[in-house]
Amino acid sequence: MKREVPLFITAVIGLFMILSFFVPHQWVSVPADFLQGSAVILVAFGYVLGGANALRVNFDGISRRSPGWQYKVVLVVALLTTVTVGAIEGREFLNPGMRSKWIYDWIYSPMASTMFALLAFFIASAAFRAFRIRTVEAGLLAVAALIVMLGRVPLGDLLTDWLFQLKWLPGAPHTLHLSTFQEWIMDIPQNAAKRAIIIGAALGVMATGLRVILGIERSYLSGED
Amino acid sequence: MVVTLLLLAASAPAQTAPPDTVPAPRPPSGLVAADVPNDAGRGIDLTWKGSPDDIAGATIVTQYHLARSTTPAGPWTLIDSVAAGTVAKRDQNVDRGAEYFYRVDASGPGGITLAGSITGPVRATSQVINQTRWSVMVGTILFFGFVLFFMASAQSGKKPFVRRIPGIDAIEEAIGRATEMGRSVLYVPGIQDINEMQTVAGLVILESVAKLTARYETPITVPVTYPIPFTIAEEMVKGGYLHAGRPDAYDSNSVRFVSPEQFAYVAAVTGIMMRDRPAAHIFMGSFYAESLLLAETGFATGAIQVAGTANVHQLPFFVVACDYTLIGEELYAASAYLSGEPKLVGGLKGADLMKILIITAIIAGCVLESLGQHGFKLWMTTQ
Amino acid sequence: MPWISKLDTLDRRWLFLVMGLLVAGPLIFPAGLPLKVSPPVRSFHDTIEKVPNGSTVFMPCDYDPGARPEMVPMTKTAFRHLLSKDCKVVVTVLWNAGPGLVEATLNEVAREFPNKTYGVDWVNLGYKAGDDAVMVLMGQGIKNAFPRDYRGNPTSTIPLMNNVRDYSSFPLMVNISAGFPGTKEWVQQVQSRFHLPMVSGCTAVSAPEYYPYLQSGQLQGLLGGMAGAAEYELVRGEKGLATKGMDAQSLAHMFVAFCIVFGNIVQRLKRREAA
Repeated sequence: MKREVPLFITAVIGLFMILSFFVPHQWVSVPADFLQGSAVILVAFGYVLGGANALRVNFDGISRRSPGWQYKVVLVVALLTTVTVGAIEGREFLNPGMRSKWIYDWIYSPMASTMFALLAFFIASAAFRAFRIRTVEAGLLAVAALIVMLGRVPLGDLLTDWLFQLKWLPGAPHTLHLSTFQEWIMDIPQNAAKRAIIIGAALGVMATGLRVILGIERSYLSGED
Repeated sequence: MVVTLLLLAASAPAQTAPPDTVPAPRPPSGLVAADVPNDAGRGIDLTWKGSPDDIAGATIVTQYHLARSTTPAGPWTLIDSVAAGTVAKRDQNVDRGAEYFYRVDASGPGGITLAGSITGPVRATSQVINQTRWSVMVGTILFFGFVLFFMASAQSGKKPFVRRIPGIDAIEEAIGRATEMGRSVLYVPGIQDINEMQTVAGLVILESVAKLTARYETPITVPVTYPIPFTIAEEMVKGGYLHAGRPDAYDSNSVRFVSPEQFAYVAAVTGIMMRDRPAAHIFMGSFYAESLLLAETGFATGAIQVAGTANVHQLPFFVVACDYTLIGEELYAASAYLSGEPKLVGGLKGADLMKILIITAIIAGCVLESLGQHGFKLWMTTQ
Repeated sequence: MPWISKLDTLDRRWLFLVMGLLVAGPLIFPAGLPLKVSPPVRSFHDTIEKVPNGSTVFMPCDYDPGARPEMVPMTKTAFRHLLSKDCKVVVTVLWNAGPGLVEATLNEVAREFPNKTYGVDWVNLGYKAGDDAVMVLMGQGIKNAFPRDYRGNPTSTIPLMNNVRDYSSFPLMVNISAGFPGTKEWVQQVQSRFHLPMVSGCTAVSAPEYYPYLQSGQLQGLLGGMAGAAEYELVRGEKGLATKGMDAQSLAHMFVAFCIVFGNIVQRLKRREAA
């Protein structure tokens, strides 16, 4: 029963939610709306569970003096401080002058922005080290990448407009800009490839969902088969 | 006497309005009230022809007032006011099955002009099937039918052929390499919660990977972002060790809850990479901006890296920085490949057949549209 | 040639240093490179422009401080655009670390319009957990999904919310998002179900993924990253943060292009030397 009951619940609710997409009648839409609202509550509960898990795992590491336990102390202190300060300050916790706002503005925001900014540096090193043109396809990819990268910024047109002068061709635009090529790549070949991957991935999602709903995929439940 | 009064009125000098008085607007007309289709009886659509005085730039008409009653004689309740120029509105404050009558009046600086007529009765009713979603229903039934048929067929012994995917073969190779080097395997099941199907796929693959690491006696580390995937990841790794016949070798600290915060998580994982130096990194799931940070840091440590995601905007970063990449639905297919279970492999064939059907529909749609035949496109358009 | 092997094993921190200098330089000494407006950005602007003045517009802002350089300029320009048309704006934030940043951004722009009042002309409903489930929940009623706004006021008492019931109360959605939940989820859960016209601003890396939606008409305009934000500022005649950042972005792109080409040249020379 430990496995059968969750599988049964999964199957019933999964099939019901699929049905709700096709049946607007209130006998289906009202319970479906209720289930959607319940999902929101479950997700919110997850944060409580997550906080408790973070404390349990890190306290365990600190008590066993596992490698890097000092960083775990910093994490636990930061977690408890932020939660305590936020709980004391209540609903106005992000108003100007609040300590939570100070933590958000001077610790969280700069750290998040810094991590995101690392991408700029990592892209340069990945481009130098890893982007190897060894096949025709890789060459096409490199050419497209260069056109799109340079066409997206004003410097690209500025540096390359002299290459695409078409004054001599009657009826053609005076200059063909690199940004025009960039827009064509984004609109046509890139779009087509993206659509294909999206359709394939959507079918993969449906197949995986069907396996979970019908209980064919059941390894997420504990215990033996 | 009446004739005398009429004659007097007719002969009275015309009362012309002073030049700066705005006249009352003429009423709108042609009000049509109809049940909103394909809903649960929650709305009535109202459309009307605007007042002849409703001209862009003029201010004779400033608003239309929509009124509703349950009887033709009233009492009337104002349900909404819309700006001049508006000729449609949906009334969503209706009771299912109740009869309503509607009226639309024009309003402006010169006053309010009541509608010349009322429209009704109209009822908001529930529909059993959304008539615009037949194409999706047919597609869904066909898809489920194909998948179930080939699953059953594979289980009865007719296991279909599936082509090799180098990225999936590379997973065992990566684990083997970690074993030779005496180092661990790092498995990252994406950064999203369990409601994302890629996370489900990543966790399912984790069981197969855990089975391999159990067999080769290689440690595995699985940092996870959210609590629910964390508990499922624990079950998957435990299950993998159990199926490999090595339940005693399972380390409860191999699965770690880190943080739902994207960059806090990636800081932790890159820290694990730099300190513990796993020899193999496997990234399977949903990734966003942190994908390049993970892959590039992993490359710097010299690890062999296999990645798989259906987030197309992150694929270029994985392709550049990892040794093997599973693209899009190959991530969802990986669990079938790794487990080799006939049911799952059969499901792949069902999905492939559906793809052939979609390609055929696209080609047919393009041809029909080019020939000016729009019926197929209209049937495929949903609401 | 020893310099080839030196370049092949170049410490990547040199590349980081060059990238850092190329990005910082133009921010300190701006060059003011000319910008051009692309069609998706023009559509974004024109779609907002066509909204009748005084309408109530829905503006979900789904991002956090990590995506600040791309998202904040778009938010400012779009919010300013809507307020200048006397539109009322209803804002939500579905990223848990986003509300503080979004509130600060909106307040900064609102200060430029002293005649606009919070609660009458604009409202920030704040954050709600649930991702795309919240999007569907809002279809049943915005006030049900958000009983209080970001400042703790009951939404039933906010004057602006008197005429807001659900998605049918809006003629347009202006979505600014940095990932999940974001543009794709709004298209899948709201635009396709409720047929709410939609324009979107997103990060540059996500923009290619949304071109199919732009082509099918599900999105009526798209701003891609800081470049899109800068083009939007150009259309609006503003010189904001995004325009100032484009010089730096130009040099950064040039440098990455150089790295690709130069990296391959070094590899070819190395292979030739080995042969």
